[in-house]
Amino acid sequence: MTALADPLAPVPAAPAAAARPVNRARRRAQILHHVVLIFGVLLMCGPMAVTFMSSTWDPVVIHSEGLQLGYGGKFLETYETVLLKGGGFTGEITGTLMLWNSVLLGLGFAIGKIVISMLAAYAIVYFRFPFASLSFWVIFATLLLPLEVRILPSYEVVQRLGMLNSWSGLILPLIASATATFFFRQFFRSIPDELLEAARIDGAGPFRFFVDILAPLSKTMMAAIFIIMFVVGWNQYLWPALMTTDESMFTIVRGIRQILQVWIGANIPDYNQALALAILAMAPPALVVLVFQRMFIKGLVETEK
Amino acid sequence: MTVTLDAAAPNAAPNAAPNTPVIAAAAASAASAEPTLVIDGAVKRYANGAVAVRGVTIEVGQGELVVFVGPSGCGKSTLLRMVAGLEDITEGEIRIAGRRVNEVEPAERDIAMVFQNYALYPHMTVRQNLAYGLKNRGTDKAEIARKVAEAAAMLQIEDFLDRKPSQLSGGQRQRVAMGRCIVRDPSLFLFDEPLSNLDARLRTQMRLEIRKLQRRLRVSAIYVTHDQVEAMTLADRIVVLNGGQVEQVGAPSEVYARPASTFVAAFIGAPAMNLIPAELAGGALRIGAEAVPFAAPPAGMAPGFVTLGLRPEKARVVPQAEHAGGLPFTLDAVEELGASRLLHGRAAGADVVAAADAALPIPQGPLALHADPADLHFFDAVTGTRL
Repeated sequence: MTALADPLAPVPAAPAAAARPVNRARRRAQILHHVVLIFGVLLMCGPMAVTFMSSTWDPVVIHSEGLQLGYGGKFLETYETVLLKGGGFTGEITGTLMLWNSVLLGLGFAIGKIVISMLAAYAIVYFRFPFASLSFWVIFATLLLPLEVRILPSYEVVQRLGMLNSWSGLILPLIASATATFFFRQFFRSIPDELLEAARIDGAGPFRFFVDILAPLSKTMMAAIFIIMFVVGWNQYLWPALMTTDESMFTIVRGIRQILQVWIGANIPDYNQALALAILAMAPPALVVLVFQRMFIKGLVETEK
Repeated sequence: MTVTLDAAAPNAAPNAAPNTPVIAAAAASAASAEPTLVIDGAVKRYANGAVAVRGVTIEVGQGELVVFVGPSGCGKSTLLRMVAGLEDITEGEIRIAGRRVNEVEPAERDIAMVFQNYALYPHMTVRQNLAYGLKNRGTDKAEIARKVAEAAAMLQIEDFLDRKPSQLSGGQRQRVAMGRCIVRDPSLFLFDEPLSNLDARLRTQMRLEIRKLQRRLRVSAIYVTHDQVEAMTLADRIVVLNGGQVEQVGAPSEVYARPASTFVAAFIGAPAMNLIPAELAGGALRIGAEAVPFAAPPAGMAPGFVTLGLRPEKARVVPQAEHAGGLPFTLDAVEELGASRLLHGRAAGADVVAAADAALPIPQGPLALHADPADLHFFDAVTGTRL
């Protein structure tokens, strides 16, 4: 492992004898670094691995012997059941549908936030209107009021508008985002003014400037915010639990709990299915991050200028 | 690679000249008697009360290249931006080709601008950068392609048309920025310190190219710079600005030979002109207590305090033994410039710099400062204006 990670390995072949102790010290430091990193990886991935392994066992085994570290051989059956078998009170909701619902929520949540906050930041940075900076700080101050604090009034509003059990009711109240507005504001402010001036001379009005120049320049920023917001949207629990009572709109994060609840009684709960659902609920956001992480980092650390 | 491409351009440039309808367009507008640009009593006052431009009146003739030069904060860039329409005009009027443009959008003013940092759209290819303005005007696609190709040929950037600005060198970006101006066929080019981001060698080269290009297209241009060498070499006329006001307008040679004020005298020319406080009294010119033997005050000049101006290249430092009648000069330091050397010293209590031919030996022994009376400039000691 160390050999693999050590790009300096061929160097000691060089005749310089004096260089050897230095290399050894460096290698020792590298081993230490890797021990720390591996410990971190185990800490992060260990619970996931245990969850996955346990989900392939029979619920009886899990119930009597606890979580399992080895492979239990029931991977296909469990995941097939979870994904395709109808559950819930109505028996209509399947894992696949719940996954799809979560994707919808995540996408709507992330895209909505990006659109709204880009427009807000555009107005704040590029237009002189009365109380512009005040309105920015008002938007910023909403960070102090997370959803949990204002959940009852929010529910009331959505309910009065008759938007319970609808996708618009689920997504629209959530898409105003102070965080994303702040990120875009900072990004727009870093774009040189000359670009706007050149565009003005080139005959681009406010709309053209936004679409032709600002939006393409913000691509990496948009990707970064998309990733964050998709994961946040995917993990929403409290809000969907309030807004949607219709089981066909359940997201996968809610579904996990549902499975454990339904089979309560004298029976052994379907631990394996609950664990499989947990894996399914974790996998897509993790995949999104894995696939887009390069863009994500690029969006946060560098700007194309 | 950059070097060869950049170097190739001046040679290739004349070939591109005959095929330009741009010239035809420029010639057509030349028929009107009105100068291309009239700035009439322009004032820029900001909301906080700061005044950047205090009543400037300038005309730019057809095909003329006028350079605005001055130290930073003198209002030259603000004035340019007022012409471009990027800053509002508080008072006065700006007319382009006879039309009042105070309330006209930048895009409608028939101007094109090269920015200091070029302001190329980073996400577009060179071709898209050139075409963007035309596209927004609704120009026909074939027409855009033709104009872009034409400008690219003129500037020798055909090979980079599909690259992004980040893949270009400074000189190439500079060309693209100019290309963006050329495709618009404007009646006025505006350059806002376009060479300040380039290294010294490239700057000299691009300076020449800008000059050639402007001559070939015969488009009027305003060029803003703080570099007096750029101003001298490029300009048909120089406008020296100071504190938001025009100090002097004139041909480079005129501004150099007859600076209108001590400010212009000190700003134009390197090394700067020696400015020595002096007094006209009793028919003699005195510096401190000493009479200057080589300079009688010009006839008709009232006695009083003056500022005496002497360009270093006109000052001669020679051993006292060889040449009688000079002002005693003590040599403090010598700066070698290659072709010449600068002799820093003191004469009659004032700091004086003299430029000497490097081929001659550094004068030794007791030294004296000499100058031709015709090379002396006299300025009012209080107002700094030329007497």
